[in-house]
Amino acid sequence: MKYNILVKRKGIAMQIIIVGCGTVGRALMAQLSIEDNNITVVDVNADMIKNVANLYDVMGIVGNGTSYHVLADANIEHADILIAVTHSDEVNLLCCVVAKKAANCHTIARIRNPVYSEEREFIRRELGLSMTINPEYAAAQEIARLLKFPSAIDIDSFSKGRIELLRFKVPKNSMLIGKALKNLPRQIQLDILVCAVERNNKVFIPDGDFWIQTGDILSIIAVPENANLFFRKIGIRINQVKNALIFGGSEITYYLTVILLSMGVQVKIIEQNRNRCEELSELLPKATIICGDGNEQNLLNEEHLEQMDAMVASTDMDEKNIILSLYAQGKVKSKIITQINHLDFNDVIHNLNLDSLIYPKNITAEYILQYVRAMKNSIGSNVERLYKLMDGRVEALEFIINPLSGLIGIKLQDMKLKSNLLIAGIGRKGKFIIPGGQDEFQSGDSIIVVTTNSGFQDIYDILKK
Amino acid sequence: MNYEMIRYIVAWVLKIEGAMLSLPCIIGLIYQEKEGNSYWIWMVVCLVIGFLGSVKKPKNTEIYQKDGFVSVAISWCLMSLFGAIPFIMTREIPLAIDALFEIVSGLTTTGASILSNVEVLSHTNLFWRSFSHWIGGMGVLVFILMLLPVKNGSQINLMRAESPGPSVTKFVPRIRNTAILLYKIYMVITIVQIILLRLTGMQWFDSMCISFGTAGTGGFGILNNSCANYTPIQQWLITIFMILYGINFSFYYLILCNKKKTAFKMEEVRAYFLIIVVAIGIITWNIGSMYLSFSEAFRHASFQVGSIITTTGFSTTDFNLWPEFSKYILVLLMFIGACAGSTGGGIKVSRILILMKTIGKELQTIVHPRSIKKIRMDGHSIEDDMIYSIIMFFITYIVIFAISVLIISLNDFSLETNFTAVAATINNIGPGMDCVGPMSNYAAYGGVSKAVLIFDMLVGRLEIFPILILFCPFTWKKKG
Repeated sequence: MKYNILVKRKGIAMQIIIVGCGTVGRALMAQLSIEDNNITVVDVNADMIKNVANLYDVMGIVGNGTSYHVLADANIEHADILIAVTHSDEVNLLCCVVAKKAANCHTIARIRNPVYSEEREFIRRELGLSMTINPEYAAAQEIARLLKFPSAIDIDSFSKGRIELLRFKVPKNSMLIGKALKNLPRQIQLDILVCAVERNNKVFIPDGDFWIQTGDILSIIAVPENANLFFRKIGIRINQVKNALIFGGSEITYYLTVILLSMGVQVKIIEQNRNRCEELSELLPKATIICGDGNEQNLLNEEHLEQMDAMVASTDMDEKNIILSLYAQGKVKSKIITQINHLDFNDVIHNLNLDSLIYPKNITAEYILQYVRAMKNSIGSNVERLYKLMDGRVEALEFIINPLSGLIGIKLQDMKLKSNLLIAGIGRKGKFIIPGGQDEFQSGDSIIVVTTNSGFQDIYDILKK
Repeated sequence: MNYEMIRYIVAWVLKIEGAMLSLPCIIGLIYQEKEGNSYWIWMVVCLVIGFLGSVKKPKNTEIYQKDGFVSVAISWCLMSLFGAIPFIMTREIPLAIDALFEIVSGLTTTGASILSNVEVLSHTNLFWRSFSHWIGGMGVLVFILMLLPVKNGSQINLMRAESPGPSVTKFVPRIRNTAILLYKIYMVITIVQIILLRLTGMQWFDSMCISFGTAGTGGFGILNNSCANYTPIQQWLITIFMILYGINFSFYYLILCNKKKTAFKMEEVRAYFLIIVVAIGIITWNIGSMYLSFSEAFRHASFQVGSIITTTGFSTTDFNLWPEFSKYILVLLMFIGACAGSTGGGIKVSRILILMKTIGKELQTIVHPRSIKKIRMDGHSIEDDMIYSIIMFFITYIVIFAISVLIISLNDFSLETNFTAVAATINNIGPGMDCVGPMSNYAAYGGVSKAVLIFDMLVGRLEIFPILILFCPFTWKKKG
């Protein structure tokens, strides 16, 4: 944890080495450098390094990350964590092993080859890695989660899964429209809390007088059983999908199919390449594999798109995915998922009103970020856990109240809280409370705070200064 | 172009300059000089303008290379204009062009003066003159990078535009921390020098002014004959510190990180010391007969070599009277200059090294037309576009040099005077030869020539392109 004598370790800046500056590497750099970490980037490609050094406040080193000398140049002996995200699994693994031997720092490797993936646990343990991540598998898991709960756009869980944060779009003719938030829990007689609203691309932390409109995207916080009840009460179907059509036979498709089949979902895969089709049919005997081009409208009709509960557009070409999803709108019954691999024009894509979007690179980055943040928090601040929601525009933080905290015993309505901030939940002795004005903090509570501000270090930061 | 951000940065520069002006104010108070009052007024003006300009933080904080260059160039020009005002207000340098020449000479760490009698200046003005060396040595924008509340990787473009040398090296991942480190090293060496000079019996005021002059490799003395009146021990001290400031600051960082081996293996530093040792040797031998003892000749040779190669410009003796051979060596040293990443000026040792290696490579390709050879420095190969940019730098440098000499020739001094006057200003040294020698000054030049020399000093300090870009019409086109 020491750094050199000249730069005092202010707060919780971590020394991070990122090997490989592909898409995931860059997503990590962008986020981690904003979060005040000292980042050194290693890549063999000098142009890449130059590019990156101009974009982010990081130090670039040209060289092979598996070489001890290069890592020494990157100041490995003072690094807290090394993240290897080059395109090669073997390079990533070797990087981590070298770093571990050289500095005993935390190491994270991206490993995507299915052969290794099955041995992830063994590799992780025996080679001393802190974490391995398979981007395709992670993306597949995320997609599967969405298909399980088709009404939600996004689902995050807190407090070890005791609480869920669900993001969904208010449909037309919903009973919610025109209701004020303060009346909502009484009317539906359920303990749920709306903690963020997106309207016209802006995020609000609403207060009680907020009125729900058509097209709002609400984020609600609730215990999982209540979430189900809530959706039933407001008339949104919550059943998991029964069948799914997947375009493209990528690795994600493979993992997704495995998960979906185990959930009892019927899967149909459309893939262009005949060889890949045969491979898939060997690997996935229970799935229906169709060799054909998703671009042909005929084929879609032939395969009865309109009878499908869900469609996942997961080909390598983002443009094709988007077109397919647009075509499927109104035809597919409950869920359309569009995979975006490379495209950068977020605003344009959002305006197309596609149902759910999946960015595999962001998912990988997000997983790694969560690990880094958790590690960082255990070093410095009192934040137990930190989630970035809605492209980082909202943060949800979890604090633990220690027995000496000055906030114990003060009613929430008497606290002068910052604006754009909401105390979304109190976890107490395994139970979860949606707090009201009369509630108080108690020692050992875990508090969930949702806010559009950032940089909170301590529970006291929620108060107005 | 991101005008908002440029406005913001320039306002910050004025804020810092206002803060810096408080020091001469304090000196004015200590010495009970009425000149201090002008400084107080001007400090408030600078601070007010600076604060007004930086109240509104720009939304887009991205600084592209062009924005970086332009904001650095504008900052330096404005800083010079604002810094010159106190000289005029106190009436000690009443002419605007003279005051501007003096402050640009100070900020660019040149040390060329238009004053024929420095000793009559008030302490306040003397202090501001010398302190401007210290400010300009490491650079104001590097200072601002420590404070600027912007988190953005593109700030590196500011540092790139201001720091001397073919490329910028970050010591640590964050620009802010790199800037803090640079200034910490800079301050520590300065304070050590002030204390050491004080211990040898120099007054606090003198030792401070001389230390600021050494730190920025500037060269404004506070006596008419520069450093000739100081004791040999003091002269030796100044020599050593001058040479220390001419070393690439990465060297100190490596030493502090306990990587002495890598530090002493830096090719640039090695070449720098080699040049110094050889030059001192030759000059000592050449001038030996002029002085009473060997030690005196050796001392004068070392001092002048250290002073010229680091582009400081102090002097202990009138090297105008030296044999032509020694004089010519000094002129050569003027062009070589200090290491990249130091506070010194000139072409920089690393550029010269790479140019020499390029010549070697060129010869080899003539002998073996199909050979492929990468030029290496410190074990890393150097990319072709870096070599290209160094050659471009060199050519542009020569063009500006030639045109400058041409224009100032109108004043009808000897070619030696004109040539070394431009060499001494574009390389940020100060004294040249003949009529602009160490015991004379630039007062005799006319207004136009002074303007040209001011331009040369800025061009030399910011390494040409940031200043040139200000004069390019397409920089200012909206649709560019």
